[in-house]
Amino acid sequence: MRSPDSPVLTIDGLIKDVGPLASLDGKMLRVVSGLSMVAERGQVTALLGANGAGKTTTLECAQGLQKRTGGTISLLGADPDTAGAGLRSRVGVMLQDGGLPPSARPIPLLRHVAGMYRNPMNIDALVERLGINQFSRTNVRRLSGGQKQRLALAAALVGNPEILFLDEPSAGLDPQSRQMVFDLIAELRDAGMGIVLTTHLMDDAERLADYVYIIDGGHNVVEGTVSELLKHDHTAGAAITDRTLYFDAPAGLEFAGVLRAGLQVSETRSGSYSITGELTPRDLATLTAWWAERNIMPASLRLEARSLEDVFLDISGRDLR
Amino acid sequence: MSKLLSPNAGPASLPRRIVQQGRYETITMLRNGEQLILAIVLPLMALVGLVVTPLLDGLGGTRVDVATPGILALCAMSTAFTGQGIATGFDRRYGVLRFLSTTPLGRGGLIAGKILAVLVVLLLQVVVVGVIAGFLGWQPRLEAWPAGIGLLVLGAAAFTALGLLVAGTVRPEATLAITNLLWILLGALGGIVVPSERLPSAVQGIVQFLPSGALGQALRDAFLLGAVPFPAVLILLLWTVLAGAAAIRWFKWN
Repeated sequence: MRSPDSPVLTIDGLIKDVGPLASLDGKMLRVVSGLSMVAERGQVTALLGANGAGKTTTLECAQGLQKRTGGTISLLGADPDTAGAGLRSRVGVMLQDGGLPPSARPIPLLRHVAGMYRNPMNIDALVERLGINQFSRTNVRRLSGGQKQRLALAAALVGNPEILFLDEPSAGLDPQSRQMVFDLIAELRDAGMGIVLTTHLMDDAERLADYVYIIDGGHNVVEGTVSELLKHDHTAGAAITDRTLYFDAPAGLEFAGVLRAGLQVSETRSGSYSITGELTPRDLATLTAWWAERNIMPASLRLEARSLEDVFLDISGRDLR
Repeated sequence: MSKLLSPNAGPASLPRRIVQQGRYETITMLRNGEQLILAIVLPLMALVGLVVTPLLDGLGGTRVDVATPGILALCAMSTAFTGQGIATGFDRRYGVLRFLSTTPLGRGGLIAGKILAVLVVLLLQVVVVGVIAGFLGWQPRLEAWPAGIGLLVLGAAAFTALGLLVAGTVRPEATLAITNLLWILLGALGGIVVPSERLPSAVQGIVQFLPSGALGQALRDAFLLGAVPFPAVLILLLWTVLAGAAAIRWFKWN
């Protein structure tokens, strides 16, 4: 039985093969290999990974758009492969490519989609909230990437879903649209909606997600809250308080001589340096004092904590993109 | 609590969803200029062309009586095959089919909505062509209309299935080329407006087995003779079932 607090989505050991592909001599390609995840109500759950990691395929299996090869999926307590209209009415989907007809105008399109539901959202309020009224007289084909994304989000939301799937929601968004979309996602989360999104942008995950699954090679490699992921070195299991200091200063590595052993100094190019390790206030004072004695003013100076990007690099040994 | 969000109350009823999709697709088709040329302008030009030339003389009726049933069949091919095929091909390209199939409409409702739109547009075509043909002297047998409408619906079903089969299996640009080319070829040589006895002998033997030839002949027999030729009906049914089954088997949604 489903209780109000049961997960909106449970995926266990998902396997998806595609093909047969001519490029693989007619063999099948396994794009998802044993992925498991849970998404709760009132939370934003992010699937974070590089392009080709299997995020979109996972979402499409959960939405019933692709049939899975193996594993189980429970979407609001039901199997998405046999979903009827009742289940589909409780699920909102924003596809990566939007799925909006180019000749349509935004408001008639939203009214059309709203007609599929018994109790749709108030279109006027939704349109106002996402700033769609600014371009309501423009055909979809003439909209900017950010405008299309906002319209696709509105179309996914119009039926008052209990679970909302967002495939790369910030793709193509300008900073202002991005803020608008992120604020709305947070508001919907707080109202109890379960939100599942994919992203290859660390910043999205850090700003939005309550819980993150890092996906690589078709399965989940690490999971946790953003702060859990940032505090732990998943290769060694130890807590990490590493920071990196970046600066541009006159070329030369003489400053390295005054730093403690154990700090890693590197020269990314002539005049650009980084110092990584468990930096203390005293380390910073040592360096700035050394500069002060020689009357050196660095052209730039930036201290950064460990990011999800670093976590991903540790785990996969490669960059996200 | 979000001001926007209200409790989910489930899907609209199935008939409501299909009517909603049918209405939306109808409006989209009628707003598309190229589609209107194919659906109305070219069939009317063909009608006038056949009425002012002696091509159909001596076939058991006035020129307009022989020409109009074929023009109605051509209308069915325009809308169901070429029009809906192209629209569906591009909807597939832009992910519209995938998005709509995640809404309560679903895949079945989407297809039903498309068929409904074809039938509504076809009805409008029949009215326009019928009225203009009437001004040109067309005097259809009143009792032929039930059979005529039944045949047009069956023809629309066969051509919709064929259009969706093409749209669901090749790129939209190829769908555009194939459905337009076939419209011209079948329109000119497929026995749809010009009966097989007036076609080159090379194609005479096969046109009766084509959906175009079967529909054209069946409508001419219905309106001119008041008889429904069962072989033609059987051929149309066969095309509908085969193309429908192939579309269900091979249609790719993305």
